[in-house]
Amino acid sequence: MVEFEPKIVGFFCNWCTSSAADLAGTSRLQYPPNVRPIRVPCSGTVDPVYLLRALREGADGVMIGGCHPGDCHYITGNLKARRRVKIIKTILESLGLEPERLLLAWISASEGKKFQRVVTEFTEKLKQMGPSTLSKKWK
Amino acid sequence: MAEKPRIGVFVCHCGLNIAGVVDVKRVAEEAKKLDGVVFSTTYVFMCSEPGQKVVENAIKEHKLNGVVIANCSPSLHEKTFRNAAARAGLNPYRVEIANIREQVSWPHEHEPEIATRKAIAVVRATVERVKNNMTYIPYEVPVTKAVLIIGGGIAGIQAALDVADAGYEVYLVEKSPTIGGKMLFLSETFPTLDCPQCIETPKMTDVSQHPNIHLMTYSEVESVEGYLGNFNVKIKRKASYVDFDKCTGCTDCLRVCPVKAPNEFDRGLTKRGAIYMANEQAVPLVAVVDEKYCIEVNFQKRVKAGKVKPREKPVCSKCVEVCEADAINLLESNEKIVEVKVGAIIVATGFELMDMKKLPEYGGGEVPDVIDALAFERLLAPSGPTAGVPKRPSDGKIPKSVVFVSCAGSRDPEHGVAYCSRVCCMYLAKQAMLYKHAVPDGRAYNFYIDIRSNGKGYEEFVQRVREEGDLIYLRGKVSKIFRKGDKVVVWGADTLTGQKVEIETDLVVLATAMVPPPEIKKLAAKLRIPTDEYGWLSEAHLKLRPLETVTAGIFIAGAAQFPKDITDTVSQASGAAAKVLTMFSQPKLKREPIVAEVDTEICAGCGLCKEQCAYDAIRIDEKKNISVVNEALCEGCGACAAVCPSGAMRLRNLTKKQVIEMIEVLTENY
Repeated sequence: MVEFEPKIVGFFCNWCTSSAADLAGTSRLQYPPNVRPIRVPCSGTVDPVYLLRALREGADGVMIGGCHPGDCHYITGNLKARRRVKIIKTILESLGLEPERLLLAWISASEGKKFQRVVTEFTEKLKQMGPSTLSKKWK
Repeated sequence: MAEKPRIGVFVCHCGLNIAGVVDVKRVAEEAKKLDGVVFSTTYVFMCSEPGQKVVENAIKEHKLNGVVIANCSPSLHEKTFRNAAARAGLNPYRVEIANIREQVSWPHEHEPEIATRKAIAVVRATVERVKNNMTYIPYEVPVTKAVLIIGGGIAGIQAALDVADAGYEVYLVEKSPTIGGKMLFLSETFPTLDCPQCIETPKMTDVSQHPNIHLMTYSEVESVEGYLGNFNVKIKRKASYVDFDKCTGCTDCLRVCPVKAPNEFDRGLTKRGAIYMANEQAVPLVAVVDEKYCIEVNFQKRVKAGKVKPREKPVCSKCVEVCEADAINLLESNEKIVEVKVGAIIVATGFELMDMKKLPEYGGGEVPDVIDALAFERLLAPSGPTAGVPKRPSDGKIPKSVVFVSCAGSRDPEHGVAYCSRVCCMYLAKQAMLYKHAVPDGRAYNFYIDIRSNGKGYEEFVQRVREEGDLIYLRGKVSKIFRKGDKVVVWGADTLTGQKVEIETDLVVLATAMVPPPEIKKLAAKLRIPTDEYGWLSEAHLKLRPLETVTAGIFIAGAAQFPKDITDTVSQASGAAAKVLTMFSQPKLKREPIVAEVDTEICAGCGLCKEQCAYDAIRIDEKKNISVVNEALCEGCGACAAVCPSGAMRLRNLTKKQVIEMIEVLTENY
């Protein structure tokens, strides 16, 4: 049987996590190719609609990567993201979807290794959880 | 994009960096099939001149109104291709990068098929985005031609002189009472053995006398607002209780102060009063009162807090009494906030040494005759407390043997410092040499892991020291240092002979790790610039933009970025100054137009966006009942758009429609 390959959409902030992804690449750190990245200026750019939309479109997981609290290039964008993610997680639960399918991670520009680790662990976790039921239920 | 999309997709091989993993031809073929794509091609190095020509020619020939470059990270070549598009007559904001190198080919080197499919997905998503990219023109802002330099060490001094000599105003802010920084602590500098008192103090004097430099010692940056070209900075002039304009630097007050506080300039080896001067060569040569220690100031504070009753006579006013210049007033704090406007900021906050208490295995903070290298610099300095003949702290005896320990905390992830501090091998060689000059019959041992002497004249210097000096270099780490009677015992290993080594010595000098100053995190947050995992300031690009931060208009110089020696620090300071001067040579600065905008037809003026804005860039027009974005203040983070209930607020070229179309593509079959 072919192993289940989760679909993951990643929203990575330009200043920290996308730079960390670049650093991981430059350092030739290998990680699962499941995450499809969208570079955004800030984790605070991410409209909650994007998260729900990605899950509805069939993503098995969504990851937001931002700067560490206190280090946001836009001062507090990451804190805004944190609040929104918290709320969206409760909505996911009420929709019958595991809130763990939504991951918010602080990965600074110098943390290429952390990027590799977080992406690898998230992919593994989603593999264990199996496909998301949301898109089927919805459609 | 109201017109019919005519997109061109350009897939770069990057030699084999991309093409060695990703099937670039297939990516280009798949792109060609996409709705709206009228041209696609591959090229071996798209960023090369002929590569850029390929893009320019295709834009003209195929009348492209959107371009996707599938290549490396946008941090490297986004600008390259936006400029190329502009040359071909296409608005640069119609160009977007699909990063298929750092985020596809490199991290998936062993999975060419999957990597190719991921590359196709990323390119397709970017095509969807570009279809709706609009034309924008950079916003022009005036530039205030003055610079704020934070930190008055040799980096700040050099940068200040360079900018000031070019004719622009400089505000040089230094937290301690004098400029000069750590360099002024040193006995002599490797490898030339110049004394800093000879080579640095002329520059300090130049700073104080320069008509374009506003020197603000004993001051700290309180807050920073604004943006590239237009920063508003509040500077706190700390309470010194001394009028710097009146103080003549006569030192009469220093002699009468009854308080004994540790003297920072001698690393605590000597005492100073509550009123003190940083050192004899301080610039400006004025006294300051240390609030923490002054008896009268603390009494007055308790009176103000209502804890004690005021007295008719002061508790202590010895300094005030002797001051002929009438410069001291202990009754009233003279702290004040000064506001300045600058166009650029250079951060040159330098380093600290790791607290020796973090090295208990080396007796740090416990054994008095275990000192750090900066303290030993003071003992070797002719201007120091022992006039250049080292005497040990415990009993004032001249040490007949000294053990130098390299990498005390550095190159040691267990102490949180995985990096090399870069200067210790050199200064330990110098210190051993100067010690032998001062105490010819003394023994000097140096434990090292590797000798790192990779600067001009450095290796020759170390060789000279080792040959001349009758020094014992032991290759190995020290495991334990402890006190035994009036001696200090060092346990270590000599890995060249494979022997354990035990040395009873009079004094131990630890080359403690260089670490960021503790206040740096707060300052970085005020400046909105990132730090690395240790707390060093992050440069925009380690190789190619080492002097810039990611925040436009803020530059870094010296050890604030990472440990470096004086040579590198001075070079970097002049480099940062040159960056500032380049900015100032332009009449106006261009600001990215990729900011938020409001669809005034839809906006209902609810104000949710205004609450989200960290820059105060949004106001509500009460008459029209709509939000209005100030383009000059907006940084383009998009936090406002994320909360807009009607979709009236949007981030240019990354609208909800664009992102959702990207999501749709990226969640299709893998």
